[in-house]
Amino acid sequence: MSRYVFWIIVALLATIPLWVTDYYLLHVAIVTGIFIIAAMSLNLLLGYTGQLSLGHVAFFGIGAYTSALVSLGFSVHIAPEIMVSLAPQPVWVGILCAAVLTGLVGYAIGKLAFRVRGAYFVIVSLSFAEVVRLIALNWVELTQGPMALNSIPALTLGFGGYELSFLRKPQFFYLMLFIAALSYILIARLVNSRAGRAMIALRENESLAMSVGIDVTRSLVLATIVSAAIAGVAGALYTHYIRIVDPNIFLFIYTVTMVIMVVTGGKGTLAGPIVGGVIFGFVPEVLRGMQIRPEAQWIVYGILMIAIVYFLPEGIVPAVRRVLVSRRGKQYAAGFKEPQAENK
Amino acid sequence: MGELLQHLLNAIILGGTYALLGIGLTLIFGIMRVVNFTHGELYAFGAYCMYALVMPLGFNFFASLLIAMALGALLGAFIEIVLLGRLRAADIDTTMLVMIGAWIIMQNTEQLVWSGVALSVRTPFPSEPLVLGPMSVSWGRLYVFVVALLLIAGTYLLVNRTKLGKAMRATFQDRDTAALMGIRIGRIHTATFAIGSALAAAAGALLGPVFVVAPTMGDLAAAKAFAVVILGGLGSVPGATVGGFILALAEELGAGYISSGYRDAMGFVLIILILLFRPTGLFARKERIG
Repeated sequence: MSRYVFWIIVALLATIPLWVTDYYLLHVAIVTGIFIIAAMSLNLLLGYTGQLSLGHVAFFGIGAYTSALVSLGFSVHIAPEIMVSLAPQPVWVGILCAAVLTGLVGYAIGKLAFRVRGAYFVIVSLSFAEVVRLIALNWVELTQGPMALNSIPALTLGFGGYELSFLRKPQFFYLMLFIAALSYILIARLVNSRAGRAMIALRENESLAMSVGIDVTRSLVLATIVSAAIAGVAGALYTHYIRIVDPNIFLFIYTVTMVIMVVTGGKGTLAGPIVGGVIFGFVPEVLRGMQIRPEAQWIVYGILMIAIVYFLPEGIVPAVRRVLVSRRGKQYAAGFKEPQAENK
Repeated sequence: MGELLQHLLNAIILGGTYALLGIGLTLIFGIMRVVNFTHGELYAFGAYCMYALVMPLGFNFFASLLIAMALGALLGAFIEIVLLGRLRAADIDTTMLVMIGAWIIMQNTEQLVWSGVALSVRTPFPSEPLVLGPMSVSWGRLYVFVVALLLIAGTYLLVNRTKLGKAMRATFQDRDTAALMGIRIGRIHTATFAIGSALAAAAGALLGPVFVVAPTMGDLAAAKAFAVVILGGLGSVPGATVGGFILALAEELGAGYISSGYRDAMGFVLIILILLFRPTGLFARKERIG
C-alpha cells in the first residue's frame, strides 16, 4: 500500500463515528479494530519470520492484565512476610507498562522458544499460553482468578484543566484507530528495514540466511519483542474498553481468530491482516443476524479455515494483487514479470 | 510414607492412560508429519460412543469399548482421506491449519449434538476400592490401566512384528524410498491415522466412565498428549510411553505436595524445562531443530 493510500484510508475510517450512529455497529468496529491490531502483530511472526505461533493470545492477555492491574492497583504476597503493593496509576501508565512487560516477556519467550522450530515451536507456544492462563486462573490474590477484575477504569488524558475521556464509543474508536495506524507504521517500517529483510530471508531459507551472516536468533527475538509489545497494547486497549478481564481472555480460540485473520488476508503482506480482520470481525455479526447458534457459527469458522487453506492458500491480498498485476501485464504486453506471491 | 506410596500408585495408573494418549499422537506425527489437533476430539468421540452404547442402547460395557475403537478408526480414516489426502505434499503449517479447522468443527458439533451437559456412564465395577496395605485403588481405574497396557503392547507388536508395521516404519524412515519399494504411502497414511484415532477413542472410552463425558473434555486430553509427546520426542513410540509415566508422576507429586490448582500446569512446565535443558527431548535421536 502506498503512503497516500494509507493516509486516505485512515482519513476515511476516521469519518466512521460521524455517520455510524448505531452504537452496536460502532462496538463491533472497535472490537474488530483491536483484533486487527493483534492480528497485525501476529503477522510479523507468522507472515514475515514464518513461525506459526499459537500462543499469541498470551501476549494479548498479559497486556490486558498488566494494564488492568496497574490502573486498579494491587497488593500481593510474594513470600508469607513480603508484600508488594502498587497504588492505582493513571491508565496511560498502565498501557505503557503493558507494552514494556509484554515486550520483556516476548524477549524471554523468543530466546527460549526459538531453540526449536516447526511443530515443536508450535507446541511450545501453545503450552506457554496455557501456562499463563492457568496462572491467571489460580493466582487469585493477584488476578481474582475466575471472579475476574472488575470496574477497570477507562482511559482519560488531562491537558491542564481540560480532560479527554475515552469512555464513550466514538472517542474510543479514535483511540483504537490511532493505535492501529501507529502499529501499522511501526510494522511497515520494521519489515522494510534491514532487520525486516533479514526476517524474510530466514523465512525463505534459514540455512541460506545463516550462511550469509544473518543472526537468525537475533532477528527472531526482535520480531517477537515488537510483536508481543503490540499485542500487549491491543490487549490493554481491549481491557480498558470492555472494562473487565478474566482468565478466559487466554482461550485458544482467540489465537485461532487472529491466525484465521492473518491467513485469510494473506500472511506476509501488510494489508493482509486488515482485510482478513475486517472479514472475520463482521462475519460473526452476519451469522448472528441470521439467528445461528454460536456453535454453528464456530463450525462455519472451521469450514472457512479449511476452505481457505485449500482454495486460497496464499490469502486474499496476494491473490487480488496477482489478478490486478496480470491484467495490467496484458495492457503493457510483454516484458512485465509477474511478481512471485510472497509466500509460496 | 503411605501418602507417597499412594501418589506413586496413582501416578502409575494415570501414566498408563497418558501413554496411551501420547502413542496415538506420536505415531501420526512420526509417520505422516501431521500435528493432529483433532486428537482430543477423537478422545471425546470415544467417550461419547461409550456413553451412547452403554446408557441409551444398553450394550455390554466391555464390547462397547471395542465398538468405540472401531468407530474411532473409521472416523480417523474418514478425516485422513477427506482432509489430508490431497495435502500429502503440503508443508506442516498447512496441515496444521487444516487440523485446527477440523478440531473446531468437531468440538462444536459435539456441543450441538450433546449440548454442554456433562454425562456419566454406569460401570459394572464394585464401588468399594481395592485396598493394598496403605494404598487403595478403585476397580474401574485398575481396569483402565490394564487395558491401556494391553493396547500399548498391541501397538508395539503391530508396529514391530507385522507387515503393515514394517511398511509404516519404512515410511517413517524415508517416504520416497518406501514408495519406490512399492509401499502405497497413501494407504499407510490412512491406516496410521486410523490406528492413532482408534487409540485416542479407546482412551476416551476408558476414561469417560471414570470421569464424566463433556464436549470440552478433549482439550485437556489433547494438552496432556502434546506434553507426553514433547517429553518423549515427537515420533517416538517408546518415548511417548515413558513420557506418559513421567508426566503422571510430575502431576501427582506436584498436585500432592505443591498445589492441586497447578496439576494441569505441570505438563506445560515440564515441556518448557525439557526444551530449556534438553531441546532434543528425552529420547529422540532425530534432530528436532530445522
